[in-house]
Parts: sequence; C-alpha cells; structure tokens
Amino acid sequence: MALSNVFETPAAGFNFDNTSRNAALEGLFDGGQTPKPMKTGTTIAGVVFKDGVVLGADTRATSSEVVADKMCAKIHYIAPNIYCCGAGTAADTEKTTDILSSNLTIFSLNSGRNPRVIMAVSILQDMLYRYRGQIGANLILGGVDCTGNHLYTVGPYGSVNKVPYLSMGSGDLAALGILEDGFKHDMELEEAKELVRLAIHAGIMSDLGSGNNIDICVITRQGVDYIRPYQVSEYKDNRKTKYKYRPGTTPVLTEKVVRLKLEVVQESMQRMDTA
Amino acid sequence: MKTRPNRICNRNTVYRKESGRNGITMNTRGLRSQLKDSVPVAGLCPQGAYGVQDSLRSGFTSVKNELLPSHPLELSEKNFQPNQDKMNFSTLRNIQGLHAPLKLQMEYRAARQIQRLPFLQSSNLALDTLRGNDESIGFEDILNDPTQSEMMGEPHMMVEYKLGLL
Repeated sequence: MALSNVFETPAAGFNFDNTSRNAALEGLFDGGQTPKPMKTGTTIAGVVFKDGVVLGADTRATSSEVVADKMCAKIHYIAPNIYCCGAGTAADTEKTTDILSSNLTIFSLNSGRNPRVIMAVSILQDMLYRYRGQIGANLILGGVDCTGNHLYTVGPYGSVNKVPYLSMGSGDLAALGILEDGFKHDMELEEAKELVRLAIHAGIMSDLGSGNNIDICVITRQGVDYIRPYQVSEYKDNRKTKYKYRPGTTPVLTEKVVRLKLEVVQESMQRMDTA
Repeated sequence: MKTRPNRICNRNTVYRKESGRNGITMNTRGLRSQLKDSVPVAGLCPQGAYGVQDSLRSGFTSVKNELLPSHPLELSEKNFQPNQDKMNFSTLRNIQGLHAPLKLQMEYRAARQIQRLPFLQSSNLALDTLRGNDESIGFEDILNDPTQSEMMGEPHMMVEYKLGLL
C-alpha cells in the first residue's frame, strides 16, 4: 500500500522510530516489567602461554533471574587464527563478532594475508566508540599472528587493554584472583589450560551469573583446538523418564484422504543465459 | 608592570542544558548545531497511515516529541557520514593542499547524480566504490535494508518532494 506521508525511503542501519513509544510504554508499566535482553553474565578468561593463547568461558546465559541457555557458546570465531570471548548482552556480542569476522574475511580475500589481532581490535574499537557504549559488548580477543601471541580486551565504549592474562564478565574478580596467583610467563600448554580451567571454575562457584560447563579454546601457530565442553558441571539434571509420546497415544477415530486434482495449465521453459 | 584584575565573566559560566523526558536526561547543549542541518517539519506529516497521528505507535502528539531526538544516538548516526567526510577532507586539505579535496568532492558529486527516481532503490555502486564501502560490512548493510522496506511511498508525491514542488 502506498503511503502518502512517506517522502523519502528510510535510511539503512539503525531505526530510532520506536524509542519515543518505548519511553512512553515504560512509564505506563511503572517500572520493572519491560522484557530484559538476554545477558551473558559470565566468566571469561584468557592467558598467553609459550606457544599461543588459551581462552576459556563458562556456558550460562541469563535473562534477569532465569537461566536462558545452559549450553551457550561464548567463544566466537573471528578468523582462523583469532577467536573472541564475549560478555555482556548476548545479541550484541554475537552480531558484533559476526560483523568483525566478515570484515576480516573480506580483508584477507582482498590482500591474500591472514588478519592480525591488532586489526580486529582497531575495527572493534571504532565500531563500539561510534555507538557510544549502547552496544553492550565486553570482549576478550586472543590470537596468534606473524607478530606473536596477543590477548586484548575491548570494553563497550571502545577502551582497549593489552595484557598477558585477563578476565571479564560478572565473575571476573573471582577468576582474576586465581590468574594473579598462578600466572607465570612462558607456561606450558597443560599448565595454561589448567590455570584457565581453575579461573573459570572459581568464577562459576562465586558468581550467580556464571555456571554449567566450561569451554576452552587453544590457539597456536599450528592451529586451533576448540574443546567444548572441557569440563562438564557435576550438577546435571537427570530426567527420570522420557517425555516423548508414543505413536498411538491419541486414538484415531476416522480417517479421510482427499486427493487434490491439479491440472497443468501452461508449461514454459526459459534457458538460463550462462554466457 | 600592570596586573590585570581578576574578572569573573558571567558569559563563560558553563551551564548544562538538560532535557529530561521519561527518565532519559540528555545534555542538549550541542544539539542545536546538529539540528541546524536537518529541519524537521513539526505537525505537517505525522507518522502513521492516512496521515493521522498514530497514538499506539508514537504516543501522544507534542511539539517536543518531533523536534528533539528521543535517542542519544539518533543525531550522531544521522550525521555520521557527513561528519566523517568533513574530517577526512579537512585532513586531506591540510596535508596535500586545496586541490585534493576539491577533486575528490567533484568525483563524489558526479557519482551521487547517478540515481534512479526517488521511489526506486538505486545501487549507488560508483559512490560506494569511491567511499570504500564496497569492501566493508557494517550495520547499514544488514539492518533495515531499503530494498526490503515494508513502507512504500506514493511515487508522485515523492518525486514532487524531491523536486521541491510540494
């Protein structure tokens, strides 16, 4: 239907038409009843070791007080040699890392090179600052490239920090305690994996927003080892019976089959121009 | 040696203009310069079908609703591309001289004229290539694609609006 009050086609990108309506609705509900976005209230951690980077994350996604996803994947793929853990609003971290990964793929197709971690960090910084923190994404980027092993953290406003060990999310203080105590430069692979596992475990035990299983991702020059799950939580719910209905549970009283008669009215073939 | 007396200028007092609306406070001090470039026509084209104010979707009519932006990012997103261009051109002018931005702006103007009629979607291929947008993906490529917009304007009105005859 052609509307007579639309003078220009709407611009691409974010559409702010509903903000005044949302503000009016919030006033009507008298606070506290608008749907909350799914946050990943998380523990994520990363450690640089001798041959590369180890990233770890828990797998719980919460929507205020309810666990929305018990097996959420928080370690996102950016490039073959770069992975990113995301904390904050789940949709924001996923979309941002998707866009970042697409941009880096275009770059590597154009130039024929593997992307560097600092490129990913710069793109993220520009993008997040442009939206002044409205995109709630706290990210830990880790990767191995020709200049070495790197671990960066990017905050929602675009602040960047480069450190050998990191943790973010609501359980970051607990995890950081373990990391501060156990970190040494140039650790071996098994030591690093154990340290990250302990850090995430501390976050799971001390924080309500983190829980369930632990995922670990090891990035080295030779390749990536994404272990999901690395450690399964011992508090699994055991279902006592199967809840699927057997066929024949509901009795069938009558059955009537009507065939649809379709007749061919017109048949035309068009060759595809593959020149 | 004369010493200047200390004068407290009242003109330089910093005062924050804040508009609070439904719990959202915004510093509206710098908004006037950004609003200057875009002139919204209050009350002339209310949102909603058939030209009647759509109370369900946009709330009750008020002049403040239509003049001030309701989201802190609204103005900065609308002006993002022109601001980037201004910044890049002024840097280029400082480095290479006046001729560089002039040549580039001439190319931009030429590329911007390759358009279909207002109610049809143009691909803007030349403009995208000049800007470098063909090698990057952002939110404007994913969200709210104009080729798949749900609203269609009336072709005659849109052409008249573009030509300024309306």
